[in-house]
Amino acid sequence: MSEQYRNNFLREVEANVEEGEWVKRCMQCGVCSGSCPLGPHWEHPPQELFMMIRAGKRDEVLKSSSMWMCTSCYNCIARCPRELPITHIMHGLAHYAERLGLAPKNQQTNKFAQRFWNNLSKTGRVNELKLTLSFYFMNGFMAGVKMSLNMQKVGLGMLLSKRLNPFEILGGHGCKDSKGLQAILKKAREIEDAKIAKFQG
Amino acid sequence: MADKKKLGAYICKGCGISERLDIDELAKIAKSDGKVAIAKQHDFLCNSDGVKMIQADIDAGEVSHIVIAACSRRAKTDAFRFDNVAIARTNLREGVIWVRPDTEDAKETTQEMAEDYIRMGCAEVKFMTLPSASGEQGRVDHVLVVGGGFTGLTAALEIAKAGYLATIVEKTGALGGTAAQLYKRTPVRSPFADPQDNGIADLIQQIESNDKITVHLNATVSKTEGAPGRFNADISPDIGTKTFGSIIQASGFTPYDATQLPEFSYGKTPDVVDQLGLEALAKEANGGAIKRPSDGKEVKNVVFVQCAGQRSEKEGHLSYCSGHCCMTSVKQAMYFKDANPTVDAMVIYTELRMPGAAGEDFYRNGQDKGVTFTKGIVSEVVSEAGKVSVKFKDLILNEEVDLESDLVVLATGMVANSGIDSEILLTEEDEKTEEKAEEKTEEKTIIPIVPAESILNLEYRQGPDLPQLVNGFTDSHFICFPYETRRTGIYAAGPVRRPMDMAQATEDATGAALKAIQALENAGIGRAAHPRSGDLSFPIFRKEGCTQCKRCTVECPFGAINEDEKGYPQFNEARCRRCGTCMGACPVRVISFENYSVETVGQAIKSVDMPDEFDEKPRLLVLACENDAYPALDMAGMTRREYSAFVRIIPVRCLGSVNTIWISDALNSGYDGIILMGCQKGDDYQCHFVKGSEMAHYRMSKIGDTLQQLQLETERVQTYEIAITDMERVPKIINDMAATIEKIGMNPFKF
Repeated sequence: MSEQYRNNFLREVEANVEEGEWVKRCMQCGVCSGSCPLGPHWEHPPQELFMMIRAGKRDEVLKSSSMWMCTSCYNCIARCPRELPITHIMHGLAHYAERLGLAPKNQQTNKFAQRFWNNLSKTGRVNELKLTLSFYFMNGFMAGVKMSLNMQKVGLGMLLSKRLNPFEILGGHGCKDSKGLQAILKKAREIEDAKIAKFQG
Repeated sequence: MADKKKLGAYICKGCGISERLDIDELAKIAKSDGKVAIAKQHDFLCNSDGVKMIQADIDAGEVSHIVIAACSRRAKTDAFRFDNVAIARTNLREGVIWVRPDTEDAKETTQEMAEDYIRMGCAEVKFMTLPSASGEQGRVDHVLVVGGGFTGLTAALEIAKAGYLATIVEKTGALGGTAAQLYKRTPVRSPFADPQDNGIADLIQQIESNDKITVHLNATVSKTEGAPGRFNADISPDIGTKTFGSIIQASGFTPYDATQLPEFSYGKTPDVVDQLGLEALAKEANGGAIKRPSDGKEVKNVVFVQCAGQRSEKEGHLSYCSGHCCMTSVKQAMYFKDANPTVDAMVIYTELRMPGAAGEDFYRNGQDKGVTFTKGIVSEVVSEAGKVSVKFKDLILNEEVDLESDLVVLATGMVANSGIDSEILLTEEDEKTEEKAEEKTEEKTIIPIVPAESILNLEYRQGPDLPQLVNGFTDSHFICFPYETRRTGIYAAGPVRRPMDMAQATEDATGAALKAIQALENAGIGRAAHPRSGDLSFPIFRKEGCTQCKRCTVECPFGAINEDEKGYPQFNEARCRRCGTCMGACPVRVISFENYSVETVGQAIKSVDMPDEFDEKPRLLVLACENDAYPALDMAGMTRREYSAFVRIIPVRCLGSVNTIWISDALNSGYDGIILMGCQKGDDYQCHFVKGSEMAHYRMSKIGDTLQQLQLETERVQTYEIAITDMERVPKIINDMAATIEKIGMNPFKF
């Protein structure tokens, strides 16, 4: 499907990945990789990912844990001499990989992101209490209890200062027309799926 | 010309000079020791009143030779420019008061310093004559342009536009050269997005319709003799001898022979081409899909291999970067992308060099069009069973790749068409014939192109073509005057001078055209070219004294001196750059300039008041090149960096003009140490006369014998390479020498 050093995968990225059309603009200076505070923990730093895309390494890129390491500090964007929106491209790649079911399993960022999306897309508003709890318990019940106890003080503080509404647990607030929102999201997904299908041969 | 020299000294009291020095005493010394008829003082010599005072004396015929004792000879040059008198400048400001502390202790030695400079100025001017043109001038408002390629055509057009005549001599049967082979050229205007028409047809049309330009096709220059203003060139065949004022050599380049790269399969398969090969394919396609030469099928993917046989130390490769190839590859990749965006076009590079803002924009536009760039090293291009594959190492991903490709384009380099290397000729002369034959075959395997035929066929003592620096490109002073070659009035332009693209060649051609016009104008009035532009003096020699040793004819960096049948030098004033390297070379000292000679400097050296051995006042002599070392010394003064009061500095035109007699005279008259300050020598020289500093260093390396004969320590004479920025280093060198003298003791030859 993607041959080495042919441009198929590059074209796929350009079509389906957020800001993917910028990938060809990378001039391989390496400033992004050098600027990344988590750089040493990345399997492939951004510069290398861009090269891998051009080299047609589809599986290696999409299955990589690298872009999931991005913490959105925006150092790379601020410093890139070619003004590539590197952070957005990283998130775009991660999203695209998840969409294709290629993203690494048990990736913490991925897990959290999925929970965030589920929480948000249901009502059109983030339910912070539910989001927090789902985050605390995502790695099992015992881990969740431990985490909750750790954060006890913060939670109580927020409760007292009315930053946290305990009744949100009962369903919480939403946007005016959550059904309409669901329809928009469904349509968007259909459009994206159609675009992706084009590259699935 | 006045029958008798009338000397006058004018001493300035401004800029604090009178507060630090006893001016009356200086005036007295000018009269008593300097033997001047008039010694005047002025509070502010460079203002209109001061200048008027000097001019009045000149007009009244009171003075014919004047000493201006004020600031450095590099300052106030406009104010102190007087016609029809010989002038010596004595540097009391930058050279004395600004480099000495204003203390009671220092007062005596500082005053002595100033007094000596007055004596030296008077001695120098006494032996000067006013330079005037020799009368051998010629002037023809006609420039010969050798080479009818893009550079030559542009130069000829510029010359014609400026109102002068131009003649183009082109070896082949058509104008346009390599540029005419290009399908399109890289853009020269913003937004630098698309390749544009090569413009050659239009250029040729302009040339042909211009009545100031003559074109000779299928012609060569079979002989060139003479000098700027009166070059006689034989144009073969059948055109005969024509006279030209100056010459532009735009002989261009030869593409590197890619068959010397067997690892890239060039020649083994038609699907591996060089950049000019691809231009031919693109011309054929004319905007349509580019076809594979082997089977005529449309190219679906193409790989560009940068630096093929260039920037490489391997045998037979070019060591340098040809400058244009990265841009050219992007342009050629665009040919594919513009015709069909689905074609994969990849450039494999180690360092991409896209010069200037235009280059960066063009690179970006290439990326936008979908050209991909891979940082990697290509080790091999394999051609098997009609398939071509490129083996390379991806340097970002650190892995070996074997990639099949429809077409491979090799970015090979430029080899200058600079004719015969005169330096090789010179060394060959010394070698035995047997050795020569052996070495030549050996050399051929190392140097890819041995220039076979001469381009200008100069009837010069030092060889038939422009001298080269490295890699076969013509020599020029890269920093200060890049258009000047080492043959005055002959200008190299375009890729024969250094590798370049068409945009740079346009600039080069225009620059050379203007220099060529300047050269013929200068030649008409007997003035020198850079760096002593405007100088009217020229070398004169006393034939009775000449021993026909040929040193001057061999050492002249500009090939200005020929030899007659008997081996006497024949000076060609218009070819001369007035550096005085011949004067420094002459063992019998028969060569001199009217205003600069063995006498003017020698007398200045001898005129200082030499304290005796037990005075504990040594004397150091500095001979400083006026181009870089002297300004550095001036700047040391301007920034108030102090140095020893025992030093006496004399500016020289070039360290190459230093005759060893000055050194032995100085030692004999009691100087304790001598420092020579010249420019950087070698391949990356900064010497304004190319070889002067090198010659001086060579000569001084032999001075040891003289010192030993005199039973003097070799440390007493030191030679340095000084840059114009060395204002901190020069005072240190002087002070170190003073310390050395303190250690080794005084020169015993003090009288």
